[in-house]
Amino acid sequence: MGLLSDPNRRRALISLLTRLNTPICLVCYMAGVAWFMGLAFEPFTLRTYMSENAMGSTMVEERFPAGERALATGREFAAHKKKVGGMPVDWLVKTMQARGLEVFTQSFSRTLPFPDENKERYMVKGTNVYGILRAPRAPRTEALVLSAPCSPGDNNQAVGLLLGLAQYFRNQIYWAKDIIFLVNEHDLIGMQAWLEGYHHTNTTGMDWSPLQGRGGSIQAALSLELSSDVITSLDLVLEGLNGQLPNLDLANLFYAFCQKIGVLCTIQGKLQRNDWDSVSGYSHAVQTMMLMVMKQASGRPWGDHGLFLRYHIEAATIKGINSFRQYKTDATTIGRLLEGMYRKLNNLLERLHQSYFFYLMPSLSHFVSIGYYMPAFGLLTVILLLRETHIFTGRYLSIYSACIGNSPLLIKYVSSQQSSPGVLSVLTPLVISHLTGVALYTLPIRFQEMAVEHFPVSETEAVVLTAIAVYTAGLALPHNTHRFLSGEGTEQGWRVLKLVAVLYLAVLLGCTALINFSLGFILALTLVPVAAFVTPHIPKVLSAFILVILSPACTLLFSVFFFQELQEMPVSFQDGWLLYLSVISQGILDHFLYGSLVYPLIALLVYPCWLLFWNILFWK
Amino acid sequence: MLALCASQLTAILDMNLLAFSSRNYIKHDNAGQFFSSGHTNNWAVLVCTSRFWFNYRHVANTLSVYRSVKRLGIPDSHIVLMLADDMACNHRNPKPATVFSHKNMELNVYGDDVEVDYRGYEVTVENFLRVLTGRLPPSTPRSKRLLSDDRSNILIYLTGHGGNGFLKFQDSEEISNVELADAFEQMWQKRRYNELLFIIDTCQGASMYERFYSPNLMALASSQVGEDSLSHQPDLAIGVHLMDRYTFYLLEFLEDIHPASKTNMNDLFKVCPKSQCVSTPGHRTDLFLRDPGSVLITDFFGSVRKVEITMETINLTDPINSFR
Repeated sequence: MGLLSDPNRRRALISLLTRLNTPICLVCYMAGVAWFMGLAFEPFTLRTYMSENAMGSTMVEERFPAGERALATGREFAAHKKKVGGMPVDWLVKTMQARGLEVFTQSFSRTLPFPDENKERYMVKGTNVYGILRAPRAPRTEALVLSAPCSPGDNNQAVGLLLGLAQYFRNQIYWAKDIIFLVNEHDLIGMQAWLEGYHHTNTTGMDWSPLQGRGGSIQAALSLELSSDVITSLDLVLEGLNGQLPNLDLANLFYAFCQKIGVLCTIQGKLQRNDWDSVSGYSHAVQTMMLMVMKQASGRPWGDHGLFLRYHIEAATIKGINSFRQYKTDATTIGRLLEGMYRKLNNLLERLHQSYFFYLMPSLSHFVSIGYYMPAFGLLTVILLLRETHIFTGRYLSIYSACIGNSPLLIKYVSSQQSSPGVLSVLTPLVISHLTGVALYTLPIRFQEMAVEHFPVSETEAVVLTAIAVYTAGLALPHNTHRFLSGEGTEQGWRVLKLVAVLYLAVLLGCTALINFSLGFILALTLVPVAAFVTPHIPKVLSAFILVILSPACTLLFSVFFFQELQEMPVSFQDGWLLYLSVISQGILDHFLYGSLVYPLIALLVYPCWLLFWNILFWK
Repeated sequence: MLALCASQLTAILDMNLLAFSSRNYIKHDNAGQFFSSGHTNNWAVLVCTSRFWFNYRHVANTLSVYRSVKRLGIPDSHIVLMLADDMACNHRNPKPATVFSHKNMELNVYGDDVEVDYRGYEVTVENFLRVLTGRLPPSTPRSKRLLSDDRSNILIYLTGHGGNGFLKFQDSEEISNVELADAFEQMWQKRRYNELLFIIDTCQGASMYERFYSPNLMALASSQVGEDSLSHQPDLAIGVHLMDRYTFYLLEFLEDIHPASKTNMNDLFKVCPKSQCVSTPGHRTDLFLRDPGSVLITDFFGSVRKVEITMETINLTDPINSFR
């Protein structure tokens, strides 16, 4: 008979799993972490390569000549921007029309749920200006986008280069797709308004005027951030909203052109190193990968490109960085790089789909695909399943052992006694935890006015502090839910609750990891030990402390400090705390402005799940 | 019977004597040599099976052979040109209305007198096989038909993406080497060719002629089974590879041929050795009745009329006089 169908062998297997449960769990946890750390080790990664046949190699001749003129245009733009005190709409319209583009504007306004530090006001109003370069011979079915955000006091060179490229592109006849040159105001808000207007959707409740001109379905988009006349390296930003990434072919294209033209290119701001077999080389790769994981887990768009990804448009942001290096690149070279990229994107016949959509990059020339990094998460989830079987067979075995030496009548009595805390007893802590989660989600925004009246804080701080207050108040719950609980204090009660909670956590983490692997993995790292080892019998104070350390809020706090460390900008505790508060407010704002899912996920699902374990800890 | 045909032909050709150049002057009257090759007309079926801009080189390949074949004398009415995509007028072409075969744009093989018979989505396996076997609907125009007879020498050139035993048509279907061999057998049984030269420039091209079993077939391929045929050179201004290596060197070889050349097939077999082509070109002559050394290039690539100038006057009989 087979291993699983033979009752004797099954019993032996189950008793093995039950006996060795803790060691196996520990081994799985270490294996999961080791697997994840090993992803950055170069022999385990693959070199990047162009998968799309239509894009082929970098064999185009770039001939963009007008870098200096582009910079002069950028200076003009800066002057007009200062004069108008915002976006110089009329000047932009005039300049784009002079370059032969079809120019349109879009005005938008948005009421923020609470004013954040950047905006300092409730209502944000702005105008986007975009010009369409129509393909000379092609039907207007497809488009490419080149955008540069109009930031106050910054990014002028990018707008100048955008206008210079527009003029150059206008003189070429080989465009098969329309090219849209977009200058958006207020960064992400403007970009969201433009995208919603372009695709006729209204998902975030913004007010915008409809777009008068359109260009067909957008195949790819690039966003430029360039703040100095000469740069030393180009940084590629890939992480988008909710941890979505563009197709790897876009990164491959960028890298291929960087190599061809000879520009220094980085990802996460870190240069590539060749010494993968040394410890420092490996730690460098790990740092780069961890930066990507952190950025992806935060779920916020790290560039204007992040909002395109939701519409299945592959997009990336290219940032020009001016650090102290000897070799400097001028605007003409950057223009040529962009020209080359756009000529290759022009050759596309379908959307980019040949390469990976889920990957991690320890460096710009190496990547790890989903097939390689998922087992790390799988090993962590296996721990939860092992604990499930442990609890389940624990109940089963206890009933079984009770049955072995007793008469049938006693068996019935024992089993009826032990199965009395049924599903309904579990329901109460579940409902209460989720109600707390709902409170955490809705109260901060709703009561910010009341908080501002009573306390001397700004709106942003009010929201954040209310959130933290609700979170901490939730910790007091176990002492209150016991009054509603019928099965309180019984052995079986907390086992059933733990069964449900572990299953719930496993499903939650699994779904999260599918959408946003980094978020799922980080939550798994902290919550799986909690789920595995919490029982009412472990020492209360110590385990309460550990549970709080491993709760989502503290994970976020540590992540903030860790992130700053990775970027080689370590902060003191004061600054770190302020940064933490701003991260929370930004997360809440991202949710209301762009539909980021991290805040509702944490508030409505992860936090209640953690509260269930907190409940179990204080069962007695 | 051969002598009768010879004299009739001489009489008709006498009328158009001045149209032919004196290079075709043969001194002695030798009927045997006149028909040493056995064919009286030449046809060419040139097929490019790939579409999309990045397959520019396949169209350039086919047009190069088309250009050579036209230059050596086969008229458009005897050429069936099938191009699966329009590169000259593609939106991405920075030099519209041209297809270049050499970088620096030295040679525009599109020219201004190209006649494409099957274009775009008309290039399918079914249409190709119908052209070969002649099973076309009655409404098909003459330009789309292969109206060959049992005295026709046919050149068939195929290029595109292929594999072991198949050739891909337009990203959606394939023709297998078995189908091709059967089509040629149908042609033989319907006496639609005298001799047939089959050239294929794809990856693993030699697999396409493995299954031939009809007589009088000679085949050349750009690579053996398991090898890829490589492209020759990219043009940075246009942004694509312009030609495949085998056809590039074939074109170079054919540019040296003129209608009076006596170059024979053995020289064609030597085109593009492994040092230039990276792949190993192959050929197959076991089904061919004549010795390849005695087969002239112009027997397939050109349409050479052998002219014999006669000095004697022939008196035509009365009925023909009144007809004139």
